Amino acid sequence: MTQVSSDVRELASREYQYGFETVVESDAVPRGLDEDVIRLISAKKNEPDWMLEWRLRSYRHWVTLEEPTWQNVKYDPIDYQDVIYYSAPKPKKKLASMDEVDPELRAMFDKLGISLAEQERLSGVAVDAIVDSVSVATTFKKRLADAGVIFCSFSEAVQNHPELVQKYLGSVVPYRDNIFAALNSAVFTDGSFCYVPKGVRCPMELSTYFRINAADTGQFERTLIVADEGAYVSYLEGCTAPKRDKNQLHAAVVELVALEDATIKYSTVQNWYPGDAEGRGGIYNFVTKRGKCAGARSKISWTQVETGSAITWKYPGVVLQGDDSVGEFYSVALTANRQQADTGTKMVHIGKNTRSTIVSKGISAGHGQNTYRGLVKMLRSAKGARNHTQCDSLLLSRDCGAHTFPYIEVKHPTARVEHEASTSKIGEEQLFYCRQRGIPEEEATSMIVNGFCREVFKELPMEFAVEAQKLLSVSLEGSVG
Amino acid sequence: MLKIEDLHARTEGKEILRGVDLEVAAGEVHAIMGPNGSGKSTLANVLAGRDEYEVTRGSVLYEGRDLLSMEPEERAVAGVFLAFQHPVEIPGVGNLYFLRTAVNSVRRARGQSELDPMSFLSFSDERMKLVEMDRSFMSRSVNEGFSGGEKKRNEILQMAMLEPKLAILDETDSGLDIDALRVVAEGVTALRSPDRAMVVITHHQRLLDYIVPDRVHVMSAGRIVRSGDASLAKELEANGYGGLGPSGDDQAVAVGAGR
Ligand SMILES: Nc1ncnc2c1ncn2[C@@H]1O[C@H](COP(=O)(O)OP(=O)(O)O)[C@@H](O)[C@H]1O
Ligand SMILES: [Mg+2]
Repeated sequence: MTQVSSDVRELASREYQYGFETVVESDAVPRGLDEDVIRLISAKKNEPDWMLEWRLRSYRHWVTLEEPTWQNVKYDPIDYQDVIYYSAPKPKKKLASMDEVDPELRAMFDKLGISLAEQERLSGVAVDAIVDSVSVATTFKKRLADAGVIFCSFSEAVQNHPELVQKYLGSVVPYRDNIFAALNSAVFTDGSFCYVPKGVRCPMELSTYFRINAADTGQFERTLIVADEGAYVSYLEGCTAPKRDKNQLHAAVVELVALEDATIKYSTVQNWYPGDAEGRGGIYNFVTKRGKCAGARSKISWTQVETGSAITWKYPGVVLQGDDSVGEFYSVALTANRQQADTGTKMVHIGKNTRSTIVSKGISAGHGQNTYRGLVKMLRSAKGARNHTQCDSLLLSRDCGAHTFPYIEVKHPTARVEHEASTSKIGEEQLFYCRQRGIPEEEATSMIVNGFCREVFKELPMEFAVEAQKLLSVSLEGSVG
Repeated sequence: MLKIEDLHARTEGKEILRGVDLEVAAGEVHAIMGPNGSGKSTLANVLAGRDEYEVTRGSVLYEGRDLLSMEPEERAVAGVFLAFQHPVEIPGVGNLYFLRTAVNSVRRARGQSELDPMSFLSFSDERMKLVEMDRSFMSRSVNEGFSGGEKKRNEILQMAMLEPKLAILDETDSGLDIDALRVVAEGVTALRSPDRAMVVITHHQRLLDYIVPDRVHVMSAGRIVRSGDASLAKELEANGYGGLGPSGDDQAVAVGAGR
């Protein structure tokens, strides 16, 4: 499992390898944002009135908000009027099967090494590929349908399962939650929807590859996953973006709902363009992710490996409402060059005997700044609740930084919170030990760093774990010392 | 094979090695003894390439090459091995994986083909017998949670797998009970060969009962102050280091009492 593999050598010599742009005809709305743009988006998507109303309510709330300043990241103010809020690749015609997917798009997937056909044949992973806000291909529909699992684009869900969408949309992340959630709620163009019915174990891991493609198109996906009583689902999210000069705003919302005895496992490997060595370009990743353990004994587990983006700002959290419910957060965040990350989690304990585990591994290299910010809140009702937090930082250079801000609020006397934190420089001794055994410095570094992250990697599905390790090694290239 | 001349090294403004001269030929085993803090580990680390020590004067020739100009990993590839006095733990990195990476890095750099996982496993199984280790060690993280004796055996295992030409053992015998000492000593003895040289740093005569050295040196205050044959070690055991030539600090530690 700890294989850093000889691919590292080869991979390490590349620059950001996903920096290409596909030429697909785009169908975009005018730059900027007002109620007309929202009406236009909604009309293009042929949405029911309730959906448009919800968007407009969100928009009207959003215009009253100001960007917060408490986060430990720095960026130039975002000009929201300079963003194109909707752009859809024009499919040549309605797609009946994989073969009909735009060859340009398929070529792009091939370049990314995630050819859908391959995926379908070999890996048993259903991929809902999102290219610039509209799903163009969804596979494995049938097998999932046989199990009763609904897995489709958000737009399709609005058309075909309005009762489910209306019931759960905004139930975990209301549009009033924060400025980016409000913006997303107003303008989201597409995303994924998944519903696993009572007692069903989803027969395969669900996976979405997000991709930001058309220039200057902000991305506002919306993901909603509902696991009904006793259901189980594991969801993988993996990201790459083409290289470009202008910072791109990415403000997604992910909502998870686990009912009684249900389990949702959500894994992310995020590798968006981080900007160049001076920090130019790169994605702003301002995402709101939250899960609600609504039922007793339910469980939600977030695992994230964040190596990309110029700025990462997100706190996947769990609201532990059901008694005996469990929330987990496993995170590796790497910042190199001029990357900034302010990430962590929020665990809100409401039910009795709720338990949460937080394992955060922050790695800083170059001039990277890495902040862990975590909130553990135990309400008056949270009798016997438990949290264990472990928060480790590894510094790989003189100019990088690690910061830890744990916020703890405990309102019930029987609730217990444990917090452990450590910061270490990459061990000179460890490095020397490896090199004395003949292992070159670069490889030794990635080996030690991967070892440091092992507790998190073991939570990832196998293929993802291998990918995550490679990503880490590639991202570390040249940033040691 | 190894020729050290007038070697001076310092760290944090403090001169630790103050003119070491030592010559070791292939096939020989040299023991270095001396009180705590006399610079034995520093010498070992400088030979292995630890950059925390600055060499201010002198030279080291290894097989005719300028050892001091080589990177640590180049020295390893060239056959220099150091069994550390305090092997470091590397959490999360499996011992087997670590060893395979090391062996294959060295093989690659030497232009040999890498060992695939299966052949590596049978190779490591064979070498593990030498130090009476079992496979369960291999699935643990490098040195993590190992007892003192297990760490030392792991060092000897690595030596046995990397097959160095010049092996430097820094107090590999310290803190071992008599059984572990026997295991380590037998491991070392098995690796003794006419084209391999060993420098054994020790506090204890008892190791030298198993590994009989060709030469014994006494280090004190950063210099080799006395050299002799195996009988010197016995003499030291009887009389301690007291009164041994010039000593920078007046430590006079009885042999065997040190760590
Ligand atoms: N990294 C270091 N920084 C400061 N002092 C050191 C360092 N390494 C060794 N020393 C000092 O150098 C002297 C020799 O140490 P060492 O080589 O470990 O001796 P020995 O192995 O003979 O006991 C000691 O006084 C020790 O404190
Ligand atoms: Mg020592």
